[in-house]
Amino acid sequence: MFNLHKDHRTLVTISFVVFVLLSLFIAVVPAYQMQDVSPLPNQAELTESELKGLNLYISEGCVACHTQQVRNIEMDKMWGDRPSIPSDYYYSKSRMDIWRQSPSLLGSERTGPDLTNVGVRQPAIQWHLLHLYNPRTVVEESVMPAYPWLFEAKANPNENDMVVPVPPKFIKSGDTKIIATQEAMYLVAYLQTLKQTPLPTNPEFIPSVRKKETVQSDQKSMLPDGEQLYMQTCAACHQSNGQGLAGAFPPLAGSKIVNDENAEFMIQIILQGYDARPEYAMMVGFADQLTDEEIAAIANHERSSWGNKAPAITAEEVARIRTYTLSLNQ
Amino acid sequence: MDRKFNLFVLLGLLLPTLALAQPEPNPNPENWLTSPGIIGTFFLIAIVLIIAIVIMLFQVSSYVQTLRAKKIRAQRLAFNEELIGLNEAGIDEILLKRKEALKYRLVGEELGSAKDAMDEKGLVYKVSHDPGNPLVDEKRKSPLTFETPSGLKRIIIFYLGASAFWLVFGTLVGQYVGMKFVWPDMDHIAWLSFGRLRPVHTNTVFWGWASMAMIGLGYFVIARTSNTTIHSYRWAWVGWWMLNVSVLLGNIFLMMGINNGGGEYREYIWPVTLIFALGLVITFFNYYKTVANRKISEIYISNWYILAGLIWTIVLVTIGYLPFYQDGLGETVIQGYYMHQGVGMWFMTFTLGLTYYYLPSSLNKPIYSYSLGVLAFWTQMLFYTMIGTHHFVFSPLPWWLQTVAIVFSAGMFIPVVAGTTNFLMTMKGSWNQISKSYILPFFLVGVIFYFVGSTQGSFQAFRFTNFVWHFTDFNVAHSHMTMYGIISFLLWASIYAILPKITGREPKQLFVGIHFWMAFIGLFAYMISMMAGGTLKGLSWIEGKYFIESVTLMKPYWVWRAIGGSLMFISHLIFAYNFYIMTRNPIVVMDKTKIQDQIAA
Repeated sequence: MFNLHKDHRTLVTISFVVFVLLSLFIAVVPAYQMQDVSPLPNQAELTESELKGLNLYISEGCVACHTQQVRNIEMDKMWGDRPSIPSDYYYSKSRMDIWRQSPSLLGSERTGPDLTNVGVRQPAIQWHLLHLYNPRTVVEESVMPAYPWLFEAKANPNENDMVVPVPPKFIKSGDTKIIATQEAMYLVAYLQTLKQTPLPTNPEFIPSVRKKETVQSDQKSMLPDGEQLYMQTCAACHQSNGQGLAGAFPPLAGSKIVNDENAEFMIQIILQGYDARPEYAMMVGFADQLTDEEIAAIANHERSSWGNKAPAITAEEVARIRTYTLSLNQ
Repeated sequence: MDRKFNLFVLLGLLLPTLALAQPEPNPNPENWLTSPGIIGTFFLIAIVLIIAIVIMLFQVSSYVQTLRAKKIRAQRLAFNEELIGLNEAGIDEILLKRKEALKYRLVGEELGSAKDAMDEKGLVYKVSHDPGNPLVDEKRKSPLTFETPSGLKRIIIFYLGASAFWLVFGTLVGQYVGMKFVWPDMDHIAWLSFGRLRPVHTNTVFWGWASMAMIGLGYFVIARTSNTTIHSYRWAWVGWWMLNVSVLLGNIFLMMGINNGGGEYREYIWPVTLIFALGLVITFFNYYKTVANRKISEIYISNWYILAGLIWTIVLVTIGYLPFYQDGLGETVIQGYYMHQGVGMWFMTFTLGLTYYYLPSSLNKPIYSYSLGVLAFWTQMLFYTMIGTHHFVFSPLPWWLQTVAIVFSAGMFIPVVAGTTNFLMTMKGSWNQISKSYILPFFLVGVIFYFVGSTQGSFQAFRFTNFVWHFTDFNVAHSHMTMYGIISFLLWASIYAILPKITGREPKQLFVGIHFWMAFIGLFAYMISMMAGGTLKGLSWIEGKYFIESVTLMKPYWVWRAIGGSLMFISHLIFAYNFYIMTRNPIVVMDKTKIQDQIAA
């Protein structure tokens, strides 16, 4: 029928047509269908400055190392409360401009952490700015590139300037201050929008890891792993050794508040945040993000590590302080 | 006992209902990879695969044996017929001749050892009393010099020259970004930051090095196997300019921070890619016209792959850049399709086509099986096209799309085994030539990597292995195993095979050897370190350790990667030098009188 060995026209036509048909079936049609999604009811649209931040995120090539997809397997639970769904990308993944297509946010490498929920995990602006200026100011082991071109060095910043508390050893000429440019602020604004919109019932993860066995014998072991929670939630600023960062984040090792026998003030700070000391950056509250058990576990880890010796507290105490603090606010 | 358990786990994988009956539904993270399930699965699949190959080889060889036996029987019958047909006088004549022959005795001077040496025909053009380099074995010289039209010769040399330049530049960038994992504060210059340079590396080696080399080598194959001249040299030059300009422009844009959206291998913005795509269209047109004007009726199998590779890639780029279906996760579907087919339909298909010509021609024998090549061709198109989504297993893309991708990834065994068998069977019987040639080792490594790299990629697509390897540096190992181990090695093999024949200039064998071994050892160091590190990284994630631990644990492996990368880069400098030697002067015309003068002197 087809004499492919001798008829170049048929050979090329068949390979062309069949390939186009296969491509339509496996790529174009599914892609077309995947566009047909709506945003979630309470999902926020990106503002103009956040979109500018997204543009920077793309042009600096952040997607080479950071994914934005929580897979539906349990090992990805650390990156979000639920697996990602197509609607999550409704506002962020659309054509950027006439020259550039919809950004490839899902990514294929996790050389750095997944950023799906980084807005929840890392709410502090100052931390982000420091981290962008040079990641090794806050995470010593990091291999992420520094982005000094998003900052300016100024001898006398005026009051509108966003001064970044960069430790002196990271600044070339000692007496200048590092100012965040508008671009850095856009990028951070975008990073702060990266939060999973809650669903009424979260889809489940496919379990891949055996559940951690909890020993029921005494009160303390009922609490989750405080050290792990500390590493996930607090260590980015206060550092894994509890030493904080001079000029940016106060140390917890040897801190009066942490070592106070009465944990009430400490728990209040964790719940509500703290901005009483001008020499340090502002801390945001974690009341919405952490349960009473988790806060108790973190507090106990902080109160018993790095030379700190304060008595342990229970989840019930945290619950009591939470109700009391909330009532004060109303 | 153990084996039973393996079988059980394997069955559990295949039948979800059985899996539910397992006493431990969630695998233990502590010894994930050493769990009997994974090892057993791999072991079993490997056994099946090896046995299948052995069986197939036996089948094929017994079939060949029967064919050969048939032929011998037919010859014997024909001989008998001839004997019976002889007449008396003829038999006597033969017997007398034989009698004479039996009387002959050697006298001991037949080889002329007692006579003076004399080159009456002027065949010797160089006399040397120095046995040459005592360190390494002398390889066979390239015996033939093809009569290639000078227009074609220039085109091939310029395409290959551009490819050599992009190889050196692209891998210099690759080496630099690799070192940034070890010293992240090497520089603080925006244009040289990791996020911007990484796509410069990948795009340069893709569209600069491999594509230019492929098209240049393709021009020779197309003309030679069609027994005609290239349709238009002018268009070939236009294509050359367009492809090079697009890579140059694209890289400048990337370093400026202007990219298409970060999707791998389509980071160039569309105006730049359009130039590249038009370059491909022109090349396709030129190739197609040449094949259409061929002087023989058959279209050689290489030209199937080469023409199809071009036409598929033109379709691919069009689909990859059209905007109508690329909002939301539509872009992600296309990204999986595009980045996989970029490798499969362009580099793999085209390079296989080149191998179908350059491998048999450098062995000076025909390809083992034309039909296996055709089978591999159609299965390549059918299976490779379907598997793009395996880059997004467990992602929010539709489950059916992921499953299709995984199933067809397994189906890739068919074209891969067919291709590998074809090449290995072509080399069979010529193994002793490998130690005598500087070209064949490149071919052998490329062919072996074709099997190993592709098969490993199919394994990597399984859901089970995705837990451990997805998002880790293992991916990087896989892409270097294929783009470097397969594509680059086969391209070097082809370049070393053809350039000396058309320029009459051979590279220094020692330097080709150094190129080979540095590239090979470098690749191995690169691959093994990234695979080991990537696996440990994945395991640490499964165990739920803090992310930064997976960064610290990678550090020694990144150092090893940089060492392997340095070896690879240095080997490319040597390749560039070899290229220079091979193309330095115009063809050396053998001047008989001059040579005779030399001998006399």
